Formats: sequence, structure tokens, C-alpha cells
Amino acid sequence: MNFKHKYVFLFPGLFVLIGILIFPIIFVVRLSLSGWNSYNGLNFIGLENYVRLFTDDPRFWESFIRLSFLSVTTVTLQYVIGFALAHMVWKEIKFQRFFRVLFLIPMMTTPVIMTVIWRTFFHESLGPVNDLLQIFDVAPKWLTDPTLAKITVIIVEVWQWTPFMFLLLLAGLLSLPKEPFLAAAIDGASPIRKFIYVTFPLMAPISIGAIIIRLIEASKIMDTVYVLTSGGPGTSTETSSFYIFIKGLREFQMGYAASMSFTYLIIMIISLTVIAKVLTKLLLKE
Amino acid sequence: MKIIKTCLSAMISGVLIFSPAFADKWSDQFPHIKATGDISGDCSYEKISKKNYKGKTLKINTHAVPVIGQPTALHAEQFSKLTGATVDVTHTPAGDLYAKAMVPFKAGQSPYDIVFGFSNFINDWRQYLAPVPKKYMNTKEMKDVTKSHVGVSSWDGTMYQYPVDGDRHYLKYRKDVIDNPEMQKKYKADTGKELKVPTTWKEYGEMAKYFNGWDWDGDGEKEYGSAEVMKKDDLMFAAFFSRSVAYAKNPRTPGGFFFDLETMKPNINNPGFVEALTDWVEATKYVPPGGINFGLGDEIGSFGGGQTLFSFSWDDAFIAAMQDDSPIKNKVGTAPLPGADKVWNRVSGKWDNKYNQAPYIVWGWAVGVAKKSKVQEMAFDYLCFFSNGANHQADLAIGNFGVNPFKNSDFDPNLYIDTMGWDADIAKSYTKTLKDMEKSKNRVFPLRVRGVFEFTSAVATGTSKALAGQLSPQEALDEVAKEWEAIVKRVGKSAVQEDYAVGVKMEDNKL
Repeated sequence: MNFKHKYVFLFPGLFVLIGILIFPIIFVVRLSLSGWNSYNGLNFIGLENYVRLFTDDPRFWESFIRLSFLSVTTVTLQYVIGFALAHMVWKEIKFQRFFRVLFLIPMMTTPVIMTVIWRTFFHESLGPVNDLLQIFDVAPKWLTDPTLAKITVIIVEVWQWTPFMFLLLLAGLLSLPKEPFLAAAIDGASPIRKFIYVTFPLMAPISIGAIIIRLIEASKIMDTVYVLTSGGPGTSTETSSFYIFIKGLREFQMGYAASMSFTYLIIMIISLTVIAKVLTKLLLKE
Repeated sequence: MKIIKTCLSAMISGVLIFSPAFADKWSDQFPHIKATGDISGDCSYEKISKKNYKGKTLKINTHAVPVIGQPTALHAEQFSKLTGATVDVTHTPAGDLYAKAMVPFKAGQSPYDIVFGFSNFINDWRQYLAPVPKKYMNTKEMKDVTKSHVGVSSWDGTMYQYPVDGDRHYLKYRKDVIDNPEMQKKYKADTGKELKVPTTWKEYGEMAKYFNGWDWDGDGEKEYGSAEVMKKDDLMFAAFFSRSVAYAKNPRTPGGFFFDLETMKPNINNPGFVEALTDWVEATKYVPPGGINFGLGDEIGSFGGGQTLFSFSWDDAFIAAMQDDSPIKNKVGTAPLPGADKVWNRVSGKWDNKYNQAPYIVWGWAVGVAKKSKVQEMAFDYLCFFSNGANHQADLAIGNFGVNPFKNSDFDPNLYIDTMGWDADIAKSYTKTLKDMEKSKNRVFPLRVRGVFEFTSAVATGTSKALAGQLSPQEALDEVAKEWEAIVKRVGKSAVQEDYAVGVKMEDNKL
């Protein structure tokens, strides 16, 4: 039988895929080969932007290292705290439903608005955090000290996105089979042993998925930095996406920003693949 | 009889209470202009009401509410009521104003008839904007615009941006402290120096440091020396240029403040600019806690809220401080930006040890009509109406509207005394400060070359690294100069030179 007509049914999906995924990537590549900015059009300048990026722009690479530090730190903290909270409400405890909803609230709020609120909290002369700390005669420079500014960004990111980790891990915990836990109980395993030898290994596939999803999201960190510090003081909290934003939409160097975006995309694909492989090897050992 | 008496007394009280208000048929309908009523002119309420734009739509892209966004929407509503036009107003954050107009412009489209932005967009936008027609150039309102603001709105003699706002940086200070004899005595006893309005940045720094971190106004809270825009990428480059003009704008060396026009070599890392940045790094010690993360809004709130002794930037912080709800109304004063006891001479390569002061006519809100707009006349009528006498005077009185003086008639102190309730001497010093800047022959205008954002962004990055202690002032400005050279190379030396020559002509008083 001839089923050639079945391809017709594929066209709508294929069309959407090309329209929203393939075309933008091809356009970014084309844009990256141009000097499109406020005074030039979509001309062709070959690999000039890439040469500039790899030989004459240390700021991009510094921002990438900063981003790696921020995303690995925030995701690690989110995983640890998220797992702890999920484990807590997985068990039958009082007000279980209340806690499950409570822990999800930060994720449901708008990141920009929440960051504005956090900025007000951490405001060094008008904010309540330093007002409170005045009791101990300390006034940390939350947003104006290069090291503390990074910690502030981490605090806000962890607060906002730990619920996402919590949600994925709780769903994972709820779907675990009962038998291994029953067997461990019959063998008289302590809660810690039960966690190390049963819960954690069983949760490994879900953990890898959750960590990778959060790493992808964390590597796009932009709104928190934009609102909290604008990448400052100096360039101490500037991340890759924020730097690309400055070059593209502040300075209107669209061609150069496209070359950075494409390079960044390639780096992320490679590094996330490597991270996924490493995590699989570490957590899924037989 | 009792009822008649009550009514009469109510009417008399009403007249007495609202006596400063000016009642006419237009102010009855539009309370925004109640202080003045309609003011005659080519785009007055009376004149605009005779236009009929029923069935036509005007599309405007403006800034977010309140700064400039609120007056845009308010005047759009009034314009719509008067002419029958439909006016669609889109509000956009400041950082996106440029791209929101530029992307469709580049693609050959014109989704908005009127686009708001900043005056330094002019060189990138002018090819997509309609020049202001002669008819509007000859209006009574336009004839009142100061020469420097005609220059800021024009490119080589052709006006592309309709003047709706005038911007300069000047010094604001706490009059109740600086003019206070007790404070003057205390300052003299402690430092051996006179407490007066600072005329140099060094004096500014000394006073700010002295008044930093203690409760000098007795409100139970600590006050600080200075509030400044230091947050990276939030207009901080303009604050840096304000501090630089005294050391680097030498009236004896015409031919460029930012670059040497002849060679296009950046001046940004010469000793004049380095001295200014060194002062600025020192200033991090006398700003309020968190001050190096202050954007314009924080600066307005800090000085306007009575937290600091000094501030310098646009009018907004001063107007906020002088509003009725301000705790420091009539306790603040204005003066020209401080100067310096020396100024760098880039020709001799030495300091000229002479007092120097230079006003900075900084960029401000600007607006143009798209060349491809199909309703150009209506668009220009709207802009002319926006800045007519009555609207302009009412807008000036509201700090967060972002509308600042740009007409010669704005320099009349009575305007502020009668309609805004300012003390006479404050109003006089304010208008004198502004008027003197107009008269100065040693002014600096904003950089308006192609790719201007690349240049200003490099300044913001470099100076913020110095403020954060990542680099020394010299290292930071060397980095900026290197970046500027790379930008000039990318854009094309002759193109930047051609653009820059227009600004230099204004600075050298040749335009």
C-alpha cells in the first residue's frame, strides 16, 4: 500500500518547527556574519565578529566564568535545599498540604517584581536587612561589594528557583516504588542508611533530569542581575546573557551580539552534554 | 435668606481658597492647567480645538509612566478630546526606547507616528525622522526655545527632534546647612575652612566628607555627603562627564572635549579626565550606604528625601525636593556645577593653573515624527500642543513628569514663586543658574556621533570598574580609550569625525 499521503500530515508540525526553531538559528548565524548595528545594515563581514570574540574580548570570557560559578553554585544549593524540603513533605507530617503549597510560592511570583523587592530588602541605607543587622553593629554591602553582590544574586536565585527543584523531586519521590523501602524496613535500616542506599539511588535519574533542566535555566540568568546590580559593581556580577544583552540591545551591535549568542549556544550544548554524562556516570553506577 | 448667605460665603471662600488658580473655559475642562488657564499661542487649547482629526489615529511610543510617559498620555487624552483623534500611547522602558524604534526603522517600517527617546539618539534616528516643518518652526512657542536647546534638537541646522524638555546638570545643595551660621562656625572651627556653596570639586568633596554619616539636620537619622548616579549602565556616564568638564573642557583649546577633532584621538584618558575619576572614586566614601549602586531614581529619592547634603544631575531631584510633599521644601538651593583650580591643556600637555568651570548641557528627552508617518501634520500638532505655554508650565511643576525648562520664558523666577510656591531667593538662584549656563561660552554638549551607545557604554564599564576598585582611574580610562579607538576604527574614522564636528561647532560657539 502507498502511504505517501502520510507526509502531508507531517507538514504542519514541520512548518512550525522550521518557523520557530530552525529559522531563528539560521538567522542568528547569518546575523553573526554581519556588522549589523546602528550605522550598518545586514552586510557580510565573514568571520570578523568571531575573530574579535576569540582574540579581543576578554570581558565575554570573564562573564562566562562568572556565569559558570553562579549557575553551578545556585543549582547545587537548590538541589540540596529542594531535596531536603521534598523529603520533608514526602513523609506524613502535620500541615503537609500547607507546606507543599507554601514551598511553591516563590516560583509562582514574577521574577522581576520579586527581584525589585529583594533589592529593596538589601538596599544598604534604606533596606530592612541592614536595619535589622544594625543590632549587631554590622552593615554588609550587599550590592556594592564585588563578593557580597555575587552572594546576593545567589540568595535571590536560590529563593526563587528552589521550589522548581522541590516540585520535580517531590514528584519523583511520590512515584518511587514501595517495595525497596519495605525491604529496608524489614532489614532494620536506619533512616540515614535508608536515604543513602535506597532513596538517593532510586532518585538518581530524576535528580539528573532536574539538575540539567535547572542548569539550562540558570545559565540564562539575566533578570536578577539586571534588576539587582546591572552587572556591577564594576563587572563583578556580569553574566554572559547580560553582556550579550548590553552589546545587542543597549549598544545595538546586533551582528556581534549574534556571534556571541551562537558561540554561547555551542559552548552550552557541549558543556551540558558533558555534565549530563558525568552525572550519569557518578549517580547511576550499578 | 440663610441659604443665600451660606451660598454667598461658600462662593467667596471658594474664590479666596482658589485665588491662585486661573479659571477659564479650558481650565474648567482640563484641571491640569488650572494654575494658568489657556495661554495664547499657535498651539494653545483654543487653537488646537479648531482642528478636526476625527477618524484619524495617532500612534505614539513613549517612556514608561511617570517620567515623560505620564505627560505624553495626559496630553494625548487632552488632544483626543479637543480634536476627536484617536491617540494610541505605548509605554516602553527607557533601555528599550532606542531599539523599539530603531529595529522597525531599519526594517523599513514605521509602527509609530511619534517616537520618544533621548536627544543623543539624533544621529542614528535622523534619517528616519521628518524634519520639523517651517510652519512649526515659526510658532510663538518655538521662538521661545533657548538657542542651546534648538541646537540640541537639530543636526547641522535642521531640527529633527521637537523640543519638549531641556536638560542640564547642575549642583543642588542643602541651603539650610550651607547658609546656616552655626554650621558655618562649626565647620570653620573643625576644618579651618569656610562653609559656602562649593565652587570646585575639591571643596565639594571636603564638605561632603565632613557632613557624611551624622545627623546634621536633627531628624534623628544619619545624613550623608552626596547622592550621585553611580550605578553601572544607568546614566552614570553622564554623571562622570559632569565631573570631568571642569578639569578637561579648556576654553583655550577648542576642537573637541571627547576627542581631538583633528586626529580623532580620544581625550578620555588624559590627566583631566583621570583627575575627575580620581575625585569620583574618592566620592564613594561620602555617598550613602549602597550609593555606588544608585540609579537616577535612587539619587532623586535620596537628595529629594533629605538624605544628603549635595547632589548633581538633572532637574528632577531638585524639583522633587521643592514639591509640596517634600520634607525639605524651600531648604535647597542650586548653583552651577563646581569647577576646578586647574584645567588640562591638551595642546601644551600641561595643567593650566587657572580656575575653570564649564556647564554640561546634557542630553534629555527628545521626540520626533517618523518620516513614513501618514499623519505627520497631526503628529506635529500633537507635539506643538504638548509643549504649549499652559501645558509646559503645568508640567514643569511636577517633578516626576521629567519636563524641565527649555524656553526663555522659563527663566522668569515669578513663574516658580507664583505658581509653585517657591521662596523668592530660591527661585531667583534657580533661574540664574539655568540662565548662566545658556550664556556660558565654555559649554559641553552631549556626544552625538554614530554608534554613540558603544562609546557611552564603554565609559560606564570603565568608570564602574574604577568605582568598584577593580582598576585604578588611569587603568580604567586607558581601557576606555582603547575601546573608543576600536569603535572609531569599526565605525570609520571619517564618519565619526564628520559627526563629531557638528557637536564641536556648538561647543566652540560657531553654530
